[in-house]
Amino acid sequence: MAKILASSKDAMAHVKSGMTLMVGGFGVCGLPENLVHALAETNVKDITLISNNGSVDNWGNGKLIANKQIVKLFASYIGENSELAEQFISGQIDVELVPQGTLAERIRAGGAGIPAFFTPTGFGTKVAEGKEARNINGKDCILEEALLADVSFVKAHKADKLGNLVFNKTAQNFNPLMATAGKITIVEVEEIVENGELDPDEIHLPSIYVNYIVKGEQYDRRIEKRTYSSATS
Amino acid sequence: MTGVSKKERIAQRLAKELQDGYYVNLGIGIPTLVANYIPDGMDIVLQSENGLLGIGPYPLEKDMDPDLINAGKETISTLPGSVFFNSAESFAMIRGGHVDASFLGAMEVSENGDIANYMIPGKMVKGMGGAMDLVAGSENVIVAMMHTSRDGKSKVLKECSLPLTGLKCVKKIVSDMGVMEVTPNGLVLLETAEGFTIDDVVNATEAKITVSENCLVGTY
Repeated sequence: MAKILASSKDAMAHVKSGMTLMVGGFGVCGLPENLVHALAETNVKDITLISNNGSVDNWGNGKLIANKQIVKLFASYIGENSELAEQFISGQIDVELVPQGTLAERIRAGGAGIPAFFTPTGFGTKVAEGKEARNINGKDCILEEALLADVSFVKAHKADKLGNLVFNKTAQNFNPLMATAGKITIVEVEEIVENGELDPDEIHLPSIYVNYIVKGEQYDRRIEKRTYSSATS
Repeated sequence: MTGVSKKERIAQRLAKELQDGYYVNLGIGIPTLVANYIPDGMDIVLQSENGLLGIGPYPLEKDMDPDLINAGKETISTLPGSVFFNSAESFAMIRGGHVDASFLGAMEVSENGDIANYMIPGKMVKGMGGAMDLVAGSENVIVAMMHTSRDGKSKVLKECSLPLTGLKCVKKIVSDMGVMEVTPNGLVLLETAEGFTIDDVVNATEAKITVSENCLVGTY
């Protein structure tokens, strides 16, 4: 059962140099910012980071990258971060670009005990290099291996004290998948409620995948692209 | 052509590929503009790869929500009937062929339907995001692109020179110059855009291209 931690800083006792870390989020949306920023305050280094994006300069994953705490990154998209681009071009960070659906499925497979799977995505492209290819029922596919992490950082909207989770809108994204694929899963939430307050039908992720919960200390409510319409249009 | 940018015209023409009841994924760039040209009375549900079916219009400034964005990371809204889900579910829809059409941008397309749109070695490496899954999963991949580069070189090629996003997956190309279908015999020109003759399009195309008997001139 999940334990409630007093602070994001306390959660860092579980993260050691050289570990593989998953961080939820799509860009800055649904990124477990308190946990990531607490990690940026530590001396932990040589982290292999699995996250959909490199995040933005000096915020979220961008802080870990700027601190040179990351040696290898698995991501589907690494735009919007000039420091990451610089480290990538100069060879200071190893980046494996993974198609977004393949990334999600590799993580899902990891959490579900499926060591590998065949997918048509990426066949005949750079992504297929070095991977087994097979034609299955007329469809050209490549073999993709599951991803697992020593530690997963997850952001949810609400948790009950057992660790059952509810996500908010598109901040869900990779978070529930990564929660299943971490040997240790640490979840930061905006609100912790009593057991029984969440309707069993509304729970997105059952507590069985969650090891630690922490109430996030501060939320920046950051938006990458502020797009809006005027009231008159 | 007056008053409307080339990109808007491509988006307007792309919108004609929609059919009532379609679930559609719109890529970043020109395809996103298609949302502005969905014909009145047509019910279309837009899929956003980050975990939303039923993308609504941009919200009012006061309603912008950091937890509610599209794949381009822009703040958006929902509509009655919208639904959220995780990234694996989103790509099950995409890879599983449940999305009726996928519109996306391209840097290059070849005559056999290969597409390159995610990197320029040594210059631009941003990543493929969901594009490789979209082209692998959809039976109806339609590309929106400028026909030529800024220095006038054709981007509709015999073979792509850039790293591929997918092989033999593009069904149709809508460029600023014309509409082309990808067939087993190469490209077939179906329409030209306003201001371009059939010869203009053929001459600007490096790929093998034949002209449909029913090719229409200046349709958009």
